[in-house]
Amino acid sequence: MGTAKGAKVEEKLAVRNLTVTVGNRAVLKDVSLPVAAGEILAIIGPAHSGKTTLLRVINRMIETQPEFTRTGEVRLDGVEVRELDGDELRRRVGLVFATPVPLPGTVYDNVAYGPRLHGLRARSRLDAVVEASLRAAFLWDEVSDRLHSSALRLSGGQQQRLCIARTLATSPEVILMDEPCSGLDPISTAQIENAMRQLKHRYTFVLVTNNVKQAARVADKVAFFLSGELIEFAPSGQLFTTPRDPRTDDYVSGRIG
Amino acid sequence: MLVRPFVWQRIVWAVLCVMTLATLACLFFIVSFIAAKGAHVITPDFLLSLPERMGKEGGILPTIVATLWVSLLAVLIATPVGVATAVYLTEYTRESALTRVIRFGADALAGIPSIIFGLFGFIFFVIRLRMGWSILAGALTLAIMILPTIVRTSEEAIRAVPQALREVSLSLGGTRSKTIARVVLPNALPGVLTGVILGMGRSVAETAVLIFTAGSSLLMPRTVFDPARTMSVHFYVLAREGLSMERAYGTALLLIVSILLINVVAYVLMFRVTRKLR
Repeated sequence: MGTAKGAKVEEKLAVRNLTVTVGNRAVLKDVSLPVAAGEILAIIGPAHSGKTTLLRVINRMIETQPEFTRTGEVRLDGVEVRELDGDELRRRVGLVFATPVPLPGTVYDNVAYGPRLHGLRARSRLDAVVEASLRAAFLWDEVSDRLHSSALRLSGGQQQRLCIARTLATSPEVILMDEPCSGLDPISTAQIENAMRQLKHRYTFVLVTNNVKQAARVADKVAFFLSGELIEFAPSGQLFTTPRDPRTDDYVSGRIG
Repeated sequence: MLVRPFVWQRIVWAVLCVMTLATLACLFFIVSFIAAKGAHVITPDFLLSLPERMGKEGGILPTIVATLWVSLLAVLIATPVGVATAVYLTEYTRESALTRVIRFGADALAGIPSIIFGLFGFIFFVIRLRMGWSILAGALTLAIMILPTIVRTSEEAIRAVPQALREVSLSLGGTRSKTIARVVLPNALPGVLTGVILGMGRSVAETAVLIFTAGSSLLMPRTVFDPARTMSVHFYVLAREGLSMERAYGTALLLIVSILLINVVAYVLMFRVTRKLR
């Protein structure tokens, strides 16, 4: 046996027949989605279609919430995430939140938070990780001279790139992004999209976005959700040019949502 | 009778002003009365020498030392217990019958008159555990007394830490305990400190508890197992026995000033801590 792993080895992340209820409400209904390593999957859909819930099921943050049930599978490298240690899972699967939340403290402390959590103490190693992470998030040039001043003094766009750098610093394999540009101006948004494009060869991205154009710009594959159901899942070019489902067509062309 | 709104406003304003002034006047009257009666007693010699003839003459050094020992020790004992309880209530349990019972217990504890604590401390620590009248017995009893304050203020402070910060730590692979140690408690520190300082203030001012548990020895305490007389107890004995009213007022003034100082130091400390975190 053991075919589950062998057969789907190229799938970094696999969601199969996932149904999630919170309270009595079905938030996700029988969702199946494969995510290949090194690609950007964008999840689009109107509010309350279960996009954020999906991310929180993948990294198991949903478990902080009482009264939720889950059936189906979520596998990371073929292993059901519920069989992994939750803290280890979240180190491997990073999450960038919709609103940038710097931890109170310096820029440096923010980026070093994850590595320190996982036991890295040596100053020189920490310095190297912080610099590499900030460079990867295209923030280094702007903050290299104020690493030790408060992270709260950065602009919104800088704070969100700081949060990305903070996630990168724990060397995750998958990065989940929950509408990372929802509160940002177009220039900051472009910087973050640029960072994602540069990074996707090393990481696997799942990007939840309210912005259909953003999905078209950065995603390799796109999944369209509506009221907890996966309506359509296709390569980016196909979904935006020739959607199979009329509801997808309505949404991407701006007639609903 | 009809009063015009404008006139009515003026009347309300005047009443509120009078009330506020009355409050301030009480404070001003008490402090200035004690200062007037006791200020001339306070000299370096009074602060730094041993009492003579039961406090009728000489200084109050042992009572200052005793006050410091007792209140610091009480805070040292109560803080870890109180903060741990607060962490348990906020981070490790959901709201349930149990948490309500714990919280109700803490509130009830806060409402018990201090003399009851004193009696309990006397029976339990002094007699049953054979500590005798001692700094330790006094501090333990005070610790129980200030515990609810520390629990409730810490709880509020921990609750006020934004959930988003916890989620960030969690999302980076932080365990619950590491998240509490590195994100929740540092951010709750100013609030926790407030509770600790309030407890410290109550310990310094407490009299009834200490008469029962720490005794009223005027000797310089050498260890925590020695009996000792704090400033508030000294003040009480001096006034009650009619030994020396002016020395009683001097002690009272020092007590008021030190409580004021504790508050100022706490305020400065909290300001520094909060600024560092921003």
